[in-house]
Amino acid sequence: MAEHLLELRDLSVRFHTARGLVQAVQGVSWHLDRGETLAILGESGSGKSVSASAVMNLIDCPPGEITSGQILFEGRDLLTLNEEARREINGRRIAMIFQDPLSHLNPVYPVGWQIAETATAHGTPAQEARARARELIARVGIPDPDAAMRKYPHQFSGGQRQRLMIAMALALKPDILIADEPTTALDVTVQAEVLSLLGELQRETGMGLLLITHDLGVVAEIADRAVVMEGGRIVEAGTPYDLYHNATHPYTRKLISAAPGRGEMRADRAPVTPLLSCRGLRKEYGSFTALKGAEFDVMPGECLAVVGESGSGKSTVARLVLRLEEASGGQALWKGEDLLTKTPREMAKVRRQLQMVFQDPTQSLNPRMSVYEIISEAWAIHRDVLPKSRWRGRVQELLEQVGLKPEHADRYPHQFSGGQRQRIAIARALALEPELIICDEAVSALDVSIQAQVIQLLGRLRDELGIAFVFIAHDLPVVRDFADRVLVMQKGEIVEQGSVRQIFDAPREPYTQRLLAAGLDPDPEVQARRRAERLALQA
Amino acid sequence: MQRMIGKRAVSSLISLVGLVVLVFFLSRLTGDPAALYLPIDASEEMRQNFREIHGLNDPLLVQFGRYIGDLAVLDFGESIRKARPAIEVVLEGFAWTLQLALITMTLVTLAAVVLGSLAAFRVGSLFDRLASMLSLIGASAPDFWIAIVAIVVFSVGLGWVPTSGTGTVWHWILPIAVLFIRPFGLIVQVVRGAMLTALGSAYVKTARAKGVRNRPIIFVHTLRNAMLPVITVIGDQAAALLNGAVVVETIFGFPGVGKLMIDSILQRDFNVILAAIMVTALAIFVMNLLIDIAYALLDPRIRT
Repeated sequence: MAEHLLELRDLSVRFHTARGLVQAVQGVSWHLDRGETLAILGESGSGKSVSASAVMNLIDCPPGEITSGQILFEGRDLLTLNEEARREINGRRIAMIFQDPLSHLNPVYPVGWQIAETATAHGTPAQEARARARELIARVGIPDPDAAMRKYPHQFSGGQRQRLMIAMALALKPDILIADEPTTALDVTVQAEVLSLLGELQRETGMGLLLITHDLGVVAEIADRAVVMEGGRIVEAGTPYDLYHNATHPYTRKLISAAPGRGEMRADRAPVTPLLSCRGLRKEYGSFTALKGAEFDVMPGECLAVVGESGSGKSTVARLVLRLEEASGGQALWKGEDLLTKTPREMAKVRRQLQMVFQDPTQSLNPRMSVYEIISEAWAIHRDVLPKSRWRGRVQELLEQVGLKPEHADRYPHQFSGGQRQRIAIARALALEPELIICDEAVSALDVSIQAQVIQLLGRLRDELGIAFVFIAHDLPVVRDFADRVLVMQKGEIVEQGSVRQIFDAPREPYTQRLLAAGLDPDPEVQARRRAERLALQA
Repeated sequence: MQRMIGKRAVSSLISLVGLVVLVFFLSRLTGDPAALYLPIDASEEMRQNFREIHGLNDPLLVQFGRYIGDLAVLDFGESIRKARPAIEVVLEGFAWTLQLALITMTLVTLAAVVLGSLAAFRVGSLFDRLASMLSLIGASAPDFWIAIVAIVVFSVGLGWVPTSGTGTVWHWILPIAVLFIRPFGLIVQVVRGAMLTALGSAYVKTARAKGVRNRPIIFVHTLRNAMLPVITVIGDQAAALLNGAVVVETIFGFPGVGKLMIDSILQRDFNVILAAIMVTALAIFVMNLLIDIAYALLDPRIRT
């Protein structure tokens, strides 16, 4: 048997937790060769990151315990080496980058120092290490490398931070780079840039790239081979093409069918009197303009998707309409009445009809309140909606409506999964029978398969209850199957708005085209076409 | 930075004025100094004379106006008891307290940071549990009791160190040791907690993935981040000591500002009370400023 650069054989890891033993990975085997890209694909809790952490000796034992298997690096079993030998390999031979570079960079040291440290930790003289760091900062495309050396992580954008992480990992030209969800927190256009940078650097150095991701699109874009993990086991392996077209395992098929943006788009609707119309809505923070005169309508029972990258002002729109923040100017007409000039007392009455679902249900649900308390709180505030004797029955009805069980009412948020929590947040929003629900990145934090279910639920609520939605998202494919109309925002301005078919099939503005081209398609062939389009747009 | 200092100075000045007003009138409520300083059989004429000399005859508001007027030219008045300028008396006491506080807090900080960091690094070990238990005892032990027990054991019983007073190095040992215990216990716990949080943070994972050795991970990556919450507590504790470790100074007969304040209150030496309060308030202001500066030095996110 030929020797691989890195090979995992039958690795099993378990964790001793307060709730007993958790088998994180069971009998996992994969291998990686020089110059190739292996993707580990899985959803949260699948154990996809655990094997990489084992390679890097990042599993704390206890509570972790490696119960079986070998990690062969150039034929040597890493698990038999001592701490010092493992440390020697980390950073020099095998390097790693992470999701969320802001928290993975030390906030109190300049980035130049942090990049140089990779080299100095392995004995490179400081002078040489700094020169190398400067070179790398320039290589990963950060402008003005000399100034960047002295800056701190918080002074860079998300995409730049990930580039700096990459520079840090590559300081000693490692043989293997492990990238754990490297683009998950980034905007689509930035994601595409970072992935192509990784590809370029791989071709330059011939390193093996191990990519951990939940995103089929990322696999289609960059991987040579992929393994699919579920519940700590590898359920399927193959090339992206094979996995996409000839998947045999039901889980892989479920993942592929859950990938957003593949269904029928909704037909255009006849114009009616708008429920909400915003005219010249503006927001300034000092000299910074977050929103420059937004004009749009929301019709009864329709879903208006607001898409844009971070900093585009899409969440600002939601906060202004709901008066969570005061607008600097403009109007938000709700059934003809301006929400922005209402007194707090008048606004409280209108709030019944306007509800919001936030991105992170872990933070937006009070951890000390039971589900029953969370949902019924709305009726305690709006006294005339429902007599107290009927609260419990209605909570149970609402829970069923969002696909939970009536007996869940007495549990607390931490007892639910992320997807279930978001259902609770939706049930809470439904409690007041609103006419409009604003969803601010309501499905962004969820796994693809859960995301699909939640979107399906929202679609059902729209069709059955006639609720209108303003659906704020950074991810275009997510809104494709669900939205009636789409509003594309960039830097505080609405650059394009139109029916979902017009935006996706015939985008007029270059920015919309760029955004669409930057999105990653799970079909490797489609993705290859997109990549070509993207490069053409750049040229 | 200068704007921050300026803003702080203004808001501190406002509280200082309030404090002076409050203490000025409250201290007059303690009674008439003439009753204390003159013999019991002193005649009413002698008492009047005494009040006249010290300006205690005028209506309170007039006295207050005169006091503020004098303050404007940095005249803090005379100490009745010592017949010297009050500010001199206070600064003498403050110098003692400052030395005591500086030495104690330096020792506390060094010891607590090392012990707390080690406990955090070996979390759950015997060492960690021992450190946690000792620090809990230290943080909750009453200092007047420890002071008395320490005198009984080390001075009276073993005769190793003097019971009270100043003069030699030996005189400093017991006061420092007693003052050390409580802030030490408290800061060990804060350091341990902050280090645990920092050690579990994502950037430590990055450092380990880079192949950085354990020692720089603890002392370079983690400690500086962990020091941010710790500094606040160190500042609080230092301020408390500067305020005069009243109980401990009194028990050990240590001539610091805490003991001076107690003595002045008991002896109705109003000018000294007021001067002492202003000096310690200034010291606490400077202390807080130093903490803010240390914060900004440690954390670049605050600087920008």
